[in-house]
Amino acid sequence: MSPGDVSRALRRIAHEILERNKGADDLVVLGIPTRGVALAKRLVAVMEEVEGRPVPVGALDVTMHRDDLRRQPTRSPMHTDIPPSGIDDKVVVLVDDVLYSGRTVRAALDALSDLGRPRAVRLAVLVDRGHRDLPIRADHVGKNLPTSSSERVQVRLSEHDGVDDEVRIAGGEHR
Amino acid sequence: MTTMLNTPAASAATGGRRHLLSIADLDTAQIRTLLDTAAEMHGVQQREVKKLPTLRGRTVVNLFFEDSTRTRSSFELAGKWLSADVINISGKGSSTSKGESLRDTVLTVAAMGVDALVIRHGASGAAQQVSQWVDAHVINAGDGTHEHPTQALLDAYTMERRLGSLEGRHVAIVGDLTHSRVVRSNLLCLRRLGARITLVAPPTLMPAGIASWAAADGFDLSNDLDAVLPTVDAVMMLRVQRERMSGGFFPTPREYTVGYGLTRDRLNALVAANPDAVICHPGPMNRGLEIAADAADGAQSLILDQVSAGVAVRMSVLYHLLSGEEGSAQ
Repeated sequence: MSPGDVSRALRRIAHEILERNKGADDLVVLGIPTRGVALAKRLVAVMEEVEGRPVPVGALDVTMHRDDLRRQPTRSPMHTDIPPSGIDDKVVVLVDDVLYSGRTVRAALDALSDLGRPRAVRLAVLVDRGHRDLPIRADHVGKNLPTSSSERVQVRLSEHDGVDDEVRIAGGEHR
Repeated sequence: MTTMLNTPAASAATGGRRHLLSIADLDTAQIRTLLDTAAEMHGVQQREVKKLPTLRGRTVVNLFFEDSTRTRSSFELAGKWLSADVINISGKGSSTSKGESLRDTVLTVAAMGVDALVIRHGASGAAQQVSQWVDAHVINAGDGTHEHPTQALLDAYTMERRLGSLEGRHVAIVGDLTHSRVVRSNLLCLRRLGARITLVAPPTLMPAGIASWAAADGFDLSNDLDAVLPTVDAVMMLRVQRERMSGGFFPTPREYTVGYGLTRDRLNALVAANPDAVICHPGPMNRGLEIAADAADGAQSLILDQVSAGVAVRMSVLYHLLSGEEGSAQ
């Protein structure tokens, strides 16, 4: 995906979220670190432009809720930043860059339930690459990228990686 | 993003188990990681639901052969808030008082299948020794007059929250240096974070040989608290450890207070010289001996912040030791 593709996909997702929610009432957009946070901010920028009012945005770190902590080297938790309005009775939109096994989203749902009780939780991702381990699906998808599980989907965002936005499939071992 | 607390020495000796035995085993990046994670844990502490599922199914044993209020209870809370199962064993009331040796007690506890052992013992080096006996992560919660690493981490964390970066800040550590394990850990930790340190004590409470360490490591020594106080950003008062003193260190408590206590007059001098200066004390305090009530309870005091930071820092330590691949050397 080129920078143009990424920005068009995000604009569409932003409009879809607003359409589905019938406006920005009670919306809280939470990005999952690291790149989900940048994507959440971009989505909110579009929504605010469309609706002409601020939309709360934050970050939700899921490290402490992961189920693979003992299988991987220790990760440091990232910053969790919940908007002061809280999440109780809100419609929370979780934002992540790539949806793969679904385990990160499961952890995010657990983390959310420790913070409060949203009225509804939706999931927006830039890329859905398939290969789900869990019964989880995204409500809003930028692009479906069929991949093999040996491949890696690499997302680069300008605010994060200091290069032009890019989504590409990398490192597939061709055997 | 991956971090490790394992030290070459510790993991080689114990087959890859990670321990926190001494600040000396940590490099600056590892200290930074622990403090950053502690900041996130501090955020969790403010929530309504304080529990994280992270260490579910892991067992932490607090093995305290010396008295403690805040260290033991904050380790207990830290473990519980991370969903670990925590049990407390104290020297008094355990089989130790029937004459069981440290080794037997530790092996007995370890045989029950614990994941982490938090140990406080009156002998310097006890935690290091224990880490070689058992197949569990060992955390030093104070060993004799040697080290108390989590205290140093929480002191650094508390000071950073109030003062910002400690780079170039001047910290005075005052009081019973000879009997303090806090001072060694703090010295190492604060030096790694770039602070300038002055140790202040009466000549009788300066540990033997500290002058050569000070010269080698670049910190200052002083016997004159009044001269040092106006130049500091933070002053850490140490408890006069009367239980470890067999007399003869100073003539009377009154005389100690006059020379080295943080009295109301000294508090006024400190605030006049630097209104943003802060006061720490690792606790428990001897009010009226090394610290006056005005100093302990005033706006400069971080003493209660230290206690609440203690839980966050210990959550960070437990998390970094107990999560991650088992048996991995990295």
